Amino acid sequence: METTWPVLTILTFLPMIGVVFLMLVRGDEEIVIRNARNVALWVSGFTFIMSLFVWWNFDPNISGYQFEDRGEWLARDGISYHMGVDGISMPFVVLTTFLTPLAILASWKSITHRVREYMIAFMVLETLMIGTFCALDLVLFYLFFEAVLIPMFLIIGIWGGKQRVYASFKFFLYTLAGSVLMLVAMLYMAGEAGTTNIPQLQAYAFDPSVQTWLFLAFFASFAVKVPMWPVHTWLPNAHVEAPTAGSMILAGILLKMGGYGFLRFSLPIFPDASLYFAPMIFALSVVAVIYTSLVALAQSDMKKMIAYSSVAHMGFVTVGIFTMTEQGIAGAMFQMISHGLVSAALFFAVGVVYDRLHTREIDAYGGVADSMPRYAVFFMLMMLASVGLPGTSGFIGEFLVLVGAWQASSLLAFLTATGLVLGATYMLWLYRRVVFGRAEKKEVIEMPPLERREILIFMPLSVLVLWYGIFPGSLLDLMQPAITGILEQVEPVALAMGAQ
Amino acid sequence: MDALVLTPAIAEVFLALAAIGLVLVAAFGGDPDKTASLMRRLSIGVLVITGLLTNAYGAAPDLAFGHMFITSPFTVYMKLLVLIGAIVVVIVSKPHLRADGIHKPEFYLLILLSVLGMMVVISANDLMVLYMGVELQSLPLYVVAAMQRDQLRSSEAGLKYFLLGALSSGLLLYGASLIYGFAGATGYAEIASVLVNGASAGVVIGVVFLIAGLAFKISAAPFHMWTPDVYEGSPTIVTAFFAIVPKIAALTLFMRVTYGMLAPVPESWQQVVVAIAVMSMVIGALGAIMQTDLKRLMAYSSIAHMGYALVGMASADSQGISAVMVYMAIYVLSSIGVFTLILSLQREGVAVHRIADLKGYSRSHPVFAAAMLIFMFSMAGIPPLGGFFGKWFVFSAAVQAGMVGLAVISVLASVVGAFYYLRVVKVMYIDELETPLDEIDTMTTRIVVGAAAGGLALFIFGLGPLRDMIAATLPYIVVVLG
Repeated sequence: METTWPVLTILTFLPMIGVVFLMLVRGDEEIVIRNARNVALWVSGFTFIMSLFVWWNFDPNISGYQFEDRGEWLARDGISYHMGVDGISMPFVVLTTFLTPLAILASWKSITHRVREYMIAFMVLETLMIGTFCALDLVLFYLFFEAVLIPMFLIIGIWGGKQRVYASFKFFLYTLAGSVLMLVAMLYMAGEAGTTNIPQLQAYAFDPSVQTWLFLAFFASFAVKVPMWPVHTWLPNAHVEAPTAGSMILAGILLKMGGYGFLRFSLPIFPDASLYFAPMIFALSVVAVIYTSLVALAQSDMKKMIAYSSVAHMGFVTVGIFTMTEQGIAGAMFQMISHGLVSAALFFAVGVVYDRLHTREIDAYGGVADSMPRYAVFFMLMMLASVGLPGTSGFIGEFLVLVGAWQASSLLAFLTATGLVLGATYMLWLYRRVVFGRAEKKEVIEMPPLERREILIFMPLSVLVLWYGIFPGSLLDLMQPAITGILEQVEPVALAMGAQ
Repeated sequence: MDALVLTPAIAEVFLALAAIGLVLVAAFGGDPDKTASLMRRLSIGVLVITGLLTNAYGAAPDLAFGHMFITSPFTVYMKLLVLIGAIVVVIVSKPHLRADGIHKPEFYLLILLSVLGMMVVISANDLMVLYMGVELQSLPLYVVAAMQRDQLRSSEAGLKYFLLGALSSGLLLYGASLIYGFAGATGYAEIASVLVNGASAGVVIGVVFLIAGLAFKISAAPFHMWTPDVYEGSPTIVTAFFAIVPKIAALTLFMRVTYGMLAPVPESWQQVVVAIAVMSMVIGALGAIMQTDLKRLMAYSSIAHMGYALVGMASADSQGISAVMVYMAIYVLSSIGVFTLILSLQREGVAVHRIADLKGYSRSHPVFAAAMLIFMFSMAGIPPLGGFFGKWFVFSAAVQAGMVGLAVISVLASVVGAFYYLRVVKVMYIDELETPLDEIDTMTTRIVVGAAAGGLALFIFGLGPLRDMIAATLPYIVVVLG
């Protein structure tokens, strides 16, 4: 669809207007705090509405990029300002704008110091996340992708828990180390192809031997982001120490940047290398699914357990992507969106009880259902969605991934499916220990029920989880043409390899 | 051959005459403090006029003094960087010089003479002029390093700087004499025309000595030992000058020698540059980790930055040099910002410069802390800040010259480097406030820090014009003209 308005640019930089407002807020500390919260909420809410407008006008029958927006930037170096969305990035953009206001709402009461700076960090983060998904130029993508580290470092480092310094440094340096290798690959690609335009690069045929190295360099960055075993170790630290809203965004969106990167870059630009390395990715993913599920079983900290479950769930995503089948990729996409909703809700669920009892130890709870019945319902729904119960969005993603995996190899499908069983084990066990049983501890009995604000956060997440569980077509149709487009890039190579 | 064409050197001639005139002002000025203030204003004026003159002449390459001196758009660009750095240092200097008890007329005079030396160095087209310029640049700096005569640290710094600087000048001179001996000429152009037939072993040895001397001047490893001590011992305002200005001049000289005089034989210097670059990046990154003093940290940081700049040079093509030009512009901008900020750090009237002194800085000085945050992330090379683009172009030049291994080492070193920049951010933002630092009330500091931080944050908008400007100088970079 052709529009004269640079819709995506406005959408991306809308939160920066919030930053300007936040900087201008003056007055007593209390007024500043109140205004900061409101400004952030309103601006992010408005951004969400704007993204819905983009989604509304998005034509799901076109496989190419829409709402394209170009500008001269560094013509001399073949770098331009180029934004656009397709069926792959559109859901992520909306997921971002949807989760950000919820995250701000989630930190309404739990963040009490340096509120203004906190909200500024979140607004900057939102701009960078939307930009990452919209950028259609390699350099532009890298700018957004990498800059995300700055606000996230501050969010974990300033507003995090006891071990926050260690966690924030680990997060920053791990991710940076992965990304700089991608940077070198990008420089090489820019020199070789003479452009950094992503659609043009997707059409450019790199020599298969070069592709191997380029793929590995990109893999270093995305594998850390996803994160894949064995480079996942930053994630438990970062999640445990981050404030609730930080965890929601981290699990909900930042992890998806890795999966998005695989779909946007690795598969279409390096099809030969992707096919070559697919078995390695399967192996790493299966290890991630089984190993981290077992690790999750052994956790006594709720947040850590959910963090490890994220690694396991993202293992499904990488399996799905590299099966290079329609079902596999659609499943991976669906799983990412679903996990974005579910993990954000689960981290918020932990945050809710943490705000009341100030501990994340599972043993400190038990019988929460007595004092917080509504909470128990929401938590159960999300827990079941995480496990992949039919009727929830989690089921669709995992099921499609398994269908795709089956086409690749039955052993792969079998091993991946064990993750489902293990996932059910630790999640149900967690739920039983926290929510069921007799409430014996005095503090647990005295926990106040959910406030309206908390219900307001759980509600939309629950509705969407159920909606996508029952009507998956509404999302799958949107992604279909883009997925076909990716497969068209990969299939000729796969056929040629098969013929040999 | 017309030996007395002065137009290409008009800026240098003006600066030299003005400096001589200022000697008289200093000599007959009376009250030292008042004279110093007057000298400061006059110096700023002189430097600004020099900048205008530099900019006015030099649209096309031109020679003077019997082909021993060259002006070209490339030298103009580099000279302007030098002058901008010098002007800013002079502008912010006064209160800090007063605090250190060295607010004397001669400070400004020495700075002017040193700047003159740098401009000569940049324009040198002959080994003799090169050496003369290097000495003119260095001698005043030895004096300003030791300007706090009654302070042991400062005297030590001055002496150390002088001894090692003299040694490096010796190496440089020895290398130059070897080259002269084997090539039979001192002019860059004549040497280049001899070298077209290949470099003899004698020339190669000479080149290595020459590069060793130059590496001393830009404090690249393994000739960096003096840097942390001199940076720490010198008065901070002098450190700021050292960190910004002479580096540009020496690096330009490095480029003029390698890309100009030695252009026919890149194999004689390319590997040396690669080795120095790798060592500087690694030592700069690792050495900074354990530092507790901001000035020492900046010393190691500058060693690493020189390493990155040399990565661009190692590519031995014009892409590399334009990358270095972007890199140096960003380096000047961020160094100006950081040092102006460090200079402003005071607790109860006493200047402090330990990293730990910044504890809780974001609470007491939120705006300055945000500026420091921008400087640190920029120097760490995190987009979208300026520092990232410097690294982008430098690494890009290396990759395109086929040096992927070098690029990989560089980016990994930059990850290690990110650690210590992050540490500064952590101290400012995460650590708890102890005794707060004094309020900063000078307008100059605010403007300079604000401009530098804003410039780095919004660098994406300035990059296009800067690249165009540099592209216009590109055809003249390797010109040696005989």
